[in-house]
Formats: sequence, C-alpha cells, structure tokens
Amino acid sequence: MACASVLVVLILAAILAPYLGLADPYKASMIHRLKSIGHPRYLLGTGEQGRDMLARLVYGGRLTLFVRLLPIVLAFFIGSLLGLVAGYAGGWLNTAIMRTVDVFFAFPSVLLAIAISSALGAGMINSLVSLTIVFIPSICRVAESATASVRSLDYIEVARASGGNVLGPIFVYATSLTSVCMILAAGLSFLGIGVKPPESEWGLMLNTLRTAIYINPWVAVLPGAMIFIASLCLNLLSDGLRSAMNVKD
Amino acid sequence: MLVHLVRRLIYVLPVCFGVSLFCFLLVHIAPGDPLASIMPVDASAEQQAAMRTAYGLDKPLPVQYAIWIGKALHGDLGKSIATGRPMADEVFRAVKKLLLLAFTASAIAFPIGLVLGFVAGYFRDTIFDRLVTAIAVTGVSVPNYWLGIVLVIIFSVTLGWLPSMGAGPGGSTQWSWDLAHLRFLILPSITLAVVPIGLVARTVRALIGDIYSMNFVSMDFVQALYAKGLRPRGVLRHAIKNAAPTALSVMGLQLGYLLGGSILIETVFNWPDSGFLLSNAIFQRDLPLLQDTILILALFFVLMNLIVDVAQAAIDPRIKRN
Repeated sequence: MACASVLVVLILAAILAPYLGLADPYKASMIHRLKSIGHPRYLLGTGEQGRDMLARLVYGGRLTLFVRLLPIVLAFFIGSLLGLVAGYAGGWLNTAIMRTVDVFFAFPSVLLAIAISSALGAGMINSLVSLTIVFIPSICRVAESATASVRSLDYIEVARASGGNVLGPIFVYATSLTSVCMILAAGLSFLGIGVKPPESEWGLMLNTLRTAIYINPWVAVLPGAMIFIASLCLNLLSDGLRSAMNVKD
Repeated sequence: MLVHLVRRLIYVLPVCFGVSLFCFLLVHIAPGDPLASIMPVDASAEQQAAMRTAYGLDKPLPVQYAIWIGKALHGDLGKSIATGRPMADEVFRAVKKLLLLAFTASAIAFPIGLVLGFVAGYFRDTIFDRLVTAIAVTGVSVPNYWLGIVLVIIFSVTLGWLPSMGAGPGGSTQWSWDLAHLRFLILPSITLAVVPIGLVARTVRALIGDIYSMNFVSMDFVQALYAKGLRPRGVLRHAIKNAAPTALSVMGLQLGYLLGGSILIETVFNWPDSGFLLSNAIFQRDLPLLQDTILILALFFVLMNLIVDVAQAAIDPRIKRN
C-alpha cells in the first residue's frame, strides 16, 4: 500500500507540475550552479547549469514515468497479438513468429536496447521504438504458451476460460516488466542514446550530473534515487498483483 | 544426452544466423550514411564513391552480408571507421576484460544469492524470509549504474579507499593478479553483483519454499521422503537436488546478462572492455565497430544459454525422459 501511495504522489506531482509553483526547470543560472541540498531558495539544490533540482525532478517524472511506460503498453498489445496468433494458428505461422522471437531472445535485453537505439540515434521516439522491440519477444512467448495451453483444453473449458485466462497471466507478466523498462529507458538516456538534452529526464540528469560528484555528490545522486524509488514501487506492486491473481512463474 | 546436445545445436544454428543478420542490418537501418562521420564535408562525388567502394558499401546487400560474415568467421572483423585500425584485436582484448569482470561479479553474486534464497525458502514466513525478500526486491529494483555512482561517491570520493575508474594503476591496460589491480575490480564487480543476487535469491527461495510448503502438490514428495524413513538431512538433500536444475539455469542466464548487459557499469567505471568499446562506438557513430561488438556479445550469450541448457539436461533426469 505504501508503495502504491508513493507512486500516486509521484504521478500526481508529475501531472500537476505546472501548478505546484515550482521554479522553471529549464532556467539556467551561472552564479547558482551546484548549490547543496537545503539551500533556502533551492530546496534540493541546483544542477550543473544552475537549474532548480526540485523542479527538474518533478518535471522529469513526466518523461520518466509516462513516456517510459509506453513501450510496455505497446509491447503488451503487439506481443499479445503475435502470441495469440502464433498459439492459436499453430503450424508454419507459429514457427515463423516464434523462430523470429528466438533470434531476439539471443540478445540480453540491455544489449538489444543499446544496439537498436544507437543505430537509430538519440531521441524520444527512437528510444520508444527500441524499447518496444525489446519487450515484444518475451510478452509474445508468454502469450503464445498461454494460448497454446488453453487451446489444448476441452472446448467447454475453453468457453469458460476464454479471454480472462489468457490475458490475465500476460498482463501480470507485463506489469513485472515495467520497472525493468524504466531502468533500461533511463539507462539509455544515461548513455546519451535516449532523450536529448535539455529535457529533464532522470537518466539524462544522472548523466549530466555525473561530473559533479566531486563537488556536490548528494545532488548528483538525486535523479537516480528517484529511478530507484519508482522502480522499487513498481516491483512491489507487481508482486502484489501476482499473488493477488495467484499466478505462478 | 548426445541426442539432446545435437538437437540443441541444430536449433542454435538458425538463431546464430538470425543474430548475425540482425547485426548486419543494424548499420543499414541507421539513418544517414554510415560513412558520414569520417567523410569530409567537401568530398566530391567521386571521392565519396571511392570511399564507399573501399568499405564495400557499393555492393548489393546480400553480397555485403556474405562478405562480412565470411570474414567474421575467419576472425577478420574489418576496420573501424573511426580509427581505421583492424577491429578483431580490439574487440577480443576487450572481451577478455569483460569476462574477468563478469566472472568476478558472478563469483560474488551466486553464493550470496544461493545462501540467502535457501535460508529464506527453508524458514519461510519467518523474519529471515522477510528480510531476504526485502533484499531481493531491492536488488532487482536498483538501477545499477546509479548504484555504481553512489559507491564511487562513498568509497572513492568521500573515504578515498578505492579507485573510482579504470582497470589498473596509472591507466594501465595490462591486467595482472596483484593487489594494485584487484583494487580496481572491487567496486565494479560489487555493483554488477547486486541484481543477480536479488534474482538468484528470489528464485531459490521460491523453489525451496515450494518444495517444503504445505499447500503445494509436491508436499507429497517431502511427505513420501519422511515416510521412507529419511532424516531431515536426507530430505534436504533431495530438496536441493530438486531445485538445482532451475537454480542453475537462472544463474547461467544471469551470467549471460552480465556479459551482455554490463555496458552501463563499464561506462560508470571506465572499465576498458567491450562495453566501453561499445559506448565509444556509439559516441563516434562507428557503426561497423558497434555491429561487430554486438555480434560477438550476442554469440557469447547464445553459447552461454547452450551450455546451461546442456548442463541442465545432464543433471536433471526429468529432461531426458521427454
């Protein structure tokens, strides 16, 4: 429950960011660079360009939380569709889809995301595309095996189980990927192949503040701490969902 | 056993082909000319064409693929666009450093993960269990590139105990097993070990917990062992045997992920291996270097999966039956 409320606070803050009376997250100031946490004017200090950290962290939640969860949503639809088709049709269509999926499984997810993102170049849309491609294969596999197992049941059971029984496990599985997706998305920005500056995004902020660790380490740590908190909450929520829906790995 | 091995090999070959095709196409899905980063802005049309011929980019795609893969199979990875140097040496030197880091991280992570997971599963629903579950979910959730920075702040910047970047004193690139070099290995490998600790602990806890728990089918399994007259220690041995194949496969996969996924950590610590090479390639948009490094890492991952799969079949009698 605690984790759900933390997430709600983060999401609300991100949505309501323009109405919270925060400083302008893009306004740089040469004389106010790298102030420490607890500064009277900048509650959480300032970044390497003198921009208000609190404002940037709250605005950063917009990109990190929303745009970063979109790949999972897209991959859920595309992957489920492919998996349902493969599991239901069987035959050569199944072989074609699942063997293609196998090829993508041959890459560790981080490597695959980096490969596609660096080929496409930095940018929000590009990283969205690459992360969606990263998560389609695993969702497709879960969907395929769930569909195939339902297909092998008696027809009465199929009628009873249709829909819910297939989509339930896929959905639970997809939620368990959300935190990985967020960490990965921020990681791409951290490498400079995610969103482009001067966007406030937690991974990118971590990247640009890295050089500041010798001057003002605890400010530099903040964006990563936000990623950590959000991903911890997402994981706890998904664990809760898993046991509530009684799904086994 | 042999049949299983052969079957797996037959299955792996098309996957390797697909992987190489994907890596090859990476250069071609990239927007813009792959040579743009080195082509002078004022190059004439003839000069551009000559450059394209020199890098073999003027031929049709299937021919380019055939040439590339043919050379790669002979260990010739062509020349880097950015440096013009042959890439095979660079890539293989980097892979050695990567293996060092990945194996050290595994050597830290697996024993800790196994012990934690085992204790939690055995003493399910006790304070131990809750503690381990908390550790595991924290380990799985932490963005490890951030953790690396935090560790650098604590142990290098604040305490000054350990070096923050590089793989040897004075930027030395030659690895040796002495204290001066080992100090550089500590922070990156601990950082890298955190996620696998969480995952291994989680898996083993679920496995052992299920075997012993009262509301699971395999309750009969443990009951039967006791009924057979086995002491708790004997039952334990059976439980471990039962959990071993799955635990092994999770660890193998994790080692694979460490090999392929440590690039973020290498960037944090400037560890001079393939991840570092990769981030240089990204930075300079050196697509051939990118292509080859990714190909080699992915093939390593495939090989790793193959080894795990065969090892699992070797110790798990249930697999041989089908």
